[in-house]
Amino acid sequence: MAKLPMRQMKKNQSGVISAVKATGELGRRIRDMGLVPGSEVKIQGHAPLYDPVSLRVLGFTLTLRNSEADFIVVDVDDE
Amino acid sequence: MNKIDATIALAGNPNSGKTTLFNTLTGARQHVGNYPGVTVEKKEGIYQVNGRKLRIVDLPGTYSLTAYSLEEVVARDFLVQEKPEVVIDIVDAANLERNLYLTLQFMELGAPVCLALNMIDVAESRGVSINTDRLSASLGVPVVTTVARSGKGKEALIAMAESVIDGKQKIRPLTISYGKDIDPALAEMDGMVASAQFLTDRYPAHWVALKYMEGDEQVRKLGYAQDAKVSDRLDQVVAKVAQHIEDTLDSYPEAVIADQRYGYIKALLKNNVVVHRKDPNRLFVSDKIDKVLTNRLAGPLIMLAVIFGLYRFTFTYSTAPVGWLETFFGWLGGVVDQGLPDGLLKSMIVSGVIDGVGGVLGFVPLILFMFLGISFLEDSGYMARMAYMLDRVFRFFGLHGSSVMAFIVSGGIAGGCAVPGVMATRTLKSRKERLATILTAPFMNCGAKVPIFMLLVAAFFAHHEAEVMFIITLIAWAGALLAAKFLRSTVIRGESTPFVMELPPYRLPTFKGLAIHTWERTWQYIRKAGTVILGISIILWALMTFPGLPAAQRQSFDQARKAILTAASPADREAVQAGSNGSLSDTARAVRSRLVYIDHQEAEKSLQNSVAGRIGSALEVVSRWAGFDWRTNIALVGGFAAKEVVVSTLGTAYSLGNVDPDASNTLSATLAAAPGWRPLTAMSLIIFTIFYAPCFVTIVMIVRETGSWKWGAFSMAFNTLIAFTLSVIVFQVGSLLGY
Repeated sequence: MAKLPMRQMKKNQSGVISAVKATGELGRRIRDMGLVPGSEVKIQGHAPLYDPVSLRVLGFTLTLRNSEADFIVVDVDDE
Repeated sequence: MNKIDATIALAGNPNSGKTTLFNTLTGARQHVGNYPGVTVEKKEGIYQVNGRKLRIVDLPGTYSLTAYSLEEVVARDFLVQEKPEVVIDIVDAANLERNLYLTLQFMELGAPVCLALNMIDVAESRGVSINTDRLSASLGVPVVTTVARSGKGKEALIAMAESVIDGKQKIRPLTISYGKDIDPALAEMDGMVASAQFLTDRYPAHWVALKYMEGDEQVRKLGYAQDAKVSDRLDQVVAKVAQHIEDTLDSYPEAVIADQRYGYIKALLKNNVVVHRKDPNRLFVSDKIDKVLTNRLAGPLIMLAVIFGLYRFTFTYSTAPVGWLETFFGWLGGVVDQGLPDGLLKSMIVSGVIDGVGGVLGFVPLILFMFLGISFLEDSGYMARMAYMLDRVFRFFGLHGSSVMAFIVSGGIAGGCAVPGVMATRTLKSRKERLATILTAPFMNCGAKVPIFMLLVAAFFAHHEAEVMFIITLIAWAGALLAAKFLRSTVIRGESTPFVMELPPYRLPTFKGLAIHTWERTWQYIRKAGTVILGISIILWALMTFPGLPAAQRQSFDQARKAILTAASPADREAVQAGSNGSLSDTARAVRSRLVYIDHQEAEKSLQNSVAGRIGSALEVVSRWAGFDWRTNIALVGGFAAKEVVVSTLGTAYSLGNVDPDASNTLSATLAAAPGWRPLTAMSLIIFTIFYAPCFVTIVMIVRETGSWKWGAFSMAFNTLIAFTLSVIVFQVGSLLGY
């Protein structure tokens, strides 16, 4: 297991969120969507310009800007 | 019989099928308005059952109940202030975990919640089975399953709501544990709130304590206003807990509370409530479609094709009805023209009311088809993908991926219309980005600006038409994006709103949903045409009509006409006066064209003498810097009514009578030969036309969508200033360079 900021995760990589460091409105929006410690996530892909990123969490698809994904730390499975 | 027996609020996440359920329940019997003071839409309808009249209110779709977005505040205030007898929480059954996060917050607020597990068919096909009895027992709220698209479960849902109204279903308020740090502090705060009766006339005591713990701005503000002492004491308790949480967990109370809510939901669902027979994160049909539609290479190409298709669809199908409306208003104008005696009343009805309102209503088919297409893209889920693919580009300019639709509809591909463009920003949930989009979308080249460009291009850049038109389109885009960047770093400064956005599964839109959606927006437009726009049309007509020519000048024109008639042979005179069109002799035709020439001269002088003409002449001092004389100025003033008017007003100002924009060859020849006109003047006017004040219909829409006249006025001043600055630069630099 290794801890990675979500931005550095590759396509199809999955893991479990270990911390969400965003505060204020961004933190709130991230949590509203179920991105809380303990949630499983899987990177689904990136937009044509490599940003935003789309991922799967709690069985639905969510997109975030890379700058927002920076605040999310994920315990990823070793490759 | 008109009495409302109970109010049912429909609440839930976006994309949970809430609006579809609302449409299924109320059909066409719905009323769309705004919540007081904000631009959030309020939809209401009536449902009758067992002799009862139920008022159904569709609350805005939200993921949470914080106080940080208008939608959430509106939903929360509605529940607290209007105390609906039932809150039906529509939950996407395939997405239970996230949807229940909102449910918990309704229950914390003590709202009489019952659950509709919607799209249960999709959930089942995805291998999710939900034990509704267990779910209902562990949450302590009634639960039914529905399929909103087909109306399945509708009766059971209403029966459930009725039993809550009748008090047969007892709903116990929910208290959950927020962990060992927060619980004791909350208990202490509960006591303080209850004993001081602090805000308890509006909210449950426990909820007030909880919101203080979360640092909710709206509640804290209300609390401070009611009793600053209690408010401060609550804040002190919170500060202590917050410090402790920061020291031990490197977190803060609001985050801990959210984590605990999710923890509660996870525990609840584990207890055999939900069984996943398949991996919930495996790829569904929708994800497979996404592999193609958002592919890095194919995605953008398909998007271009979709946008192009939207255009083709809109303009192909709206051309005929637009023509019918034009014919109708032309006919109506003709009837009035025949039926009324010459004079001001006739002039006002024909030129003010019929041309003004008719011109606006002429757009109705365009708006109808445009929104049918947009609603399809929105309801199918494709719009969210467009925002996803384009966000990187638009973000650079302080906009949002979803801004693209407004830009394109407004004329990002020349020929749109800013009115539906401004209305299309409603998909955008981020306030600042939305405002910047509304203010810059009118820079795009709408269908009414195109004839002006055509005229000027034909007169001065013949043989390079396609290139110049392409450059004009690029200038509009560059200008709009840069202006957005400028606005976002000055007037609408501020951090960009978080993008965090759901990509809902692709769904085939329902016919009913599309029809209601399209009609709503079209009707809003029509209603405006009948009120504000009618008034402004008349004002603009008056500006271009009054005070008319002085008597002496009018007489001299009359004398000139008389002189022509006297000089003509009696036969010709008779033929011309009879007004017969068919078989005029050559000499008679010459007489008539001399008369028409006088009429046009009189129209030109009369226009020059009107208030608008005087404004035009007065502006010449300034406008000369950009190369515009009074004639161009009047045309541009008239263009404020509708850009279509520019060409015809130029025609009048050049004594050519009313020029049909589609057949402006004579006018372009006149301009090409007119003194003071050269290619540089045309370029300067093109630049001015792209950027200056939007037409007043667009202004009215901007006011509507931003909820304030301030932004309408800002847009007029700001755009005209940009337009003038740019065209002066073009004209002056061009002149220096010897063009």
